[in-house]
Amino acid sequence: MNIMTEQSLENAVGDKMNAKSNEVIKMRGDKVGVFYGDKQALFDVNLDVRLNQVTALIGPSGCGKSTFLRCLNRMNDTIDSARVTGKITLDEEDIYDKNIDVVELRARVGMVFQKPNPFPKSIYENVAYGPRIHGLAKRKADMDQIVEQSLKKAAIWNEVKDRLQEPGTGLSGGQQQRLCIARAIAVSPEVILMDEPCSALDPIATARVEELIDELRQNYTIVIVTHSMQQAARVSQRTAMFHLGYLVEEGATDKMFTNPDDKRTQDYITGRFG
Amino acid sequence: MTDIPMNTMVRVAAHPRRDIGLKARYAAERRFRIYGMLAISVGLAFLAIMLITIVTKGYTAFWQTTVSLPISFDEKVIDPSNKRATDPTVLIKANYPKLAEKALIAKLGINPDDKPSILKLKGFLSEGARVQLRNIVAADPSVIGTTRDVNILAAANLDSAFKGQIDLGVEEARRKVSDQQIAWMNKLRADGAMAEHFNTGLFSYGASSRPETSGMGVAIIGSFYMMVIVLLLALPIGVAASIYLEEFAKKNRFTDLIEVNINNLAAVPSIVFGLLGLAVFINFLGMPRSAAFVGGLVLTLMTLPTIIIATRAALAAVPPSIRAAALGLGASKMQMVFQHILPLAAPGILTGTIIGLARALGETAPLLLIGMVAFVADYPKTPFDPATALPVQIYMWANEAERAFVERMSGAIIILLVFLMAMNITAIVLRRRFERRW
Repeated sequence: MNIMTEQSLENAVGDKMNAKSNEVIKMRGDKVGVFYGDKQALFDVNLDVRLNQVTALIGPSGCGKSTFLRCLNRMNDTIDSARVTGKITLDEEDIYDKNIDVVELRARVGMVFQKPNPFPKSIYENVAYGPRIHGLAKRKADMDQIVEQSLKKAAIWNEVKDRLQEPGTGLSGGQQQRLCIARAIAVSPEVILMDEPCSALDPIATARVEELIDELRQNYTIVIVTHSMQQAARVSQRTAMFHLGYLVEEGATDKMFTNPDDKRTQDYITGRFG
Repeated sequence: MTDIPMNTMVRVAAHPRRDIGLKARYAAERRFRIYGMLAISVGLAFLAIMLITIVTKGYTAFWQTTVSLPISFDEKVIDPSNKRATDPTVLIKANYPKLAEKALIAKLGINPDDKPSILKLKGFLSEGARVQLRNIVAADPSVIGTTRDVNILAAANLDSAFKGQIDLGVEEARRKVSDQQIAWMNKLRADGAMAEHFNTGLFSYGASSRPETSGMGVAIIGSFYMMVIVLLLALPIGVAASIYLEEFAKKNRFTDLIEVNINNLAAVPSIVFGLLGLAVFINFLGMPRSAAFVGGLVLTLMTLPTIIIATRAALAAVPPSIRAAALGLGASKMQMVFQHILPLAAPGILTGTIIGLARALGETAPLLLIGMVAFVADYPKTPFDPATALPVQIYMWANEAERAFVERMSGAIIILLVFLMAMNITAIVLRRRFERRW
């Protein structure tokens, strides 16, 4: 763990990326609170998600980082007892506003889950499902192209191009997760939320997904929840540290890993708790 | 390690074995296995006894004794005053048994004037001969005046005697078949005129007071109508209710209450559903008695809880990750349910439905209350006509005393069991074939 922080320190000294003037705020959380029944799981979180950057949410289990992530595309709506307070905006539009349709929101803010969860259908169908329900392809040729582009962007095309009609569940774990990323990309979202996307994968598959995340950053805004400090350091530009439902600290990843303001962040990153 | 001289290695004295109760544990396991095997053996033994009893009593029902007779369709007997061109009822009212009797007398070589012998012939051939011959003439009136070989049904008692089911050791006065009839029977058997044939009548005849002309035709049609009605009503209603409860309804006190009630309904004795059907469908809504439609409605009420419970279990078994995946892509709840959850739950729903249908097929008590225990001789043309059902037919035959009815009852049980087994096997095969592992 210490080796890692020293490495990051060198990086931070090497290029001072901390202050960038042209950063655009894609999503903004303003005093976000979440209740599950009477229990409050998230308290007054103010967090910005910047365009074409990877924002990592870290913190010990049960700290509310996944809860916050699920607020960003209103997946918490599916839980009867969940209640969200505060305000979350996407391009300065309140996503919890009555005029915002949750289905449309989820088409704009896609999600990749912890466990790879391809539909028990063919690889082609997995990717084509999203564009189909949103009417993104009029003809078969258009759909073929969307599927191919999405699989290419997810860096899995070469592995599956000869077996598009085989079930997606027959792929390996790492391939399944990239298929799920392809599926999320296929509806052309603006933001992709990833909830511990590598926790069920082996190191090699993890490395490939991390590489992919870095590539995707060019076109998408990414928010990733992770338990791996190294992963956060490797893939993210900004990091937010959660603890017990509070946002402890948020800032450029390099600074967070070298010179955090908060003692808790320091302790968590160096492995003293969590 | 290998460099260390042997003498420096410390030899550990064999550790005294602790008593950790291994013997007792293994003994307990052995005992448990024996209990299990005993329980299964007892169950299998009873199953075997039941099946053997039913099959040995019932297999003869699938065979029916007939007498092959050259019937001469004598115009003098059928239409003595030659009025059939103007009065079609002549052909219906004609004395057809007389034709059969004449043929039998000729066949046995009895003197036509030997009245006492002819009197003994009474009860040799089935009264069903009347209908049998009438149908032949009605189908083709040109047969009048010709002679044709017809397999006339033997009467039930002769049928039983022919199958060796009547104890001839009993003195003649106390049995239903006389010695003379036995002698004639043996003569016809030797001629090859009297023989057993596959009993198609068991499947086609309606109710009758004579065993040889009674069958399960009406019951099969009635049961078929009811199964169709149950399937058409209970499946869509049950699946729709389950989807709503499982996927759309908020989980609160009220839905909890509904859930408790559904589970309760599944355990309500079926006769209560019969009373409900009687009160609501027949007395209040004025639907016809004894009709398969009403029976189907009552069985639908009875089957609904089973289907709802099975469907909800199948829906709940679809992993949450599939729901999250669909919703995360921007599918609406409706799209999620109908494009992902329902197809994955379909095998479970189908299995539950078939098992529910099998239960409904074997249900008797509610049908008794809505009047389906009726003497119905004609096929029900629509589900609104009087009909009976397979298990009710068994119940009615069980009330009859004749040996031939006992045989038919067992035969009907075999047929019902075959239907039930076919349905349950289908359910198991479906479950195996489409079972998914996540």
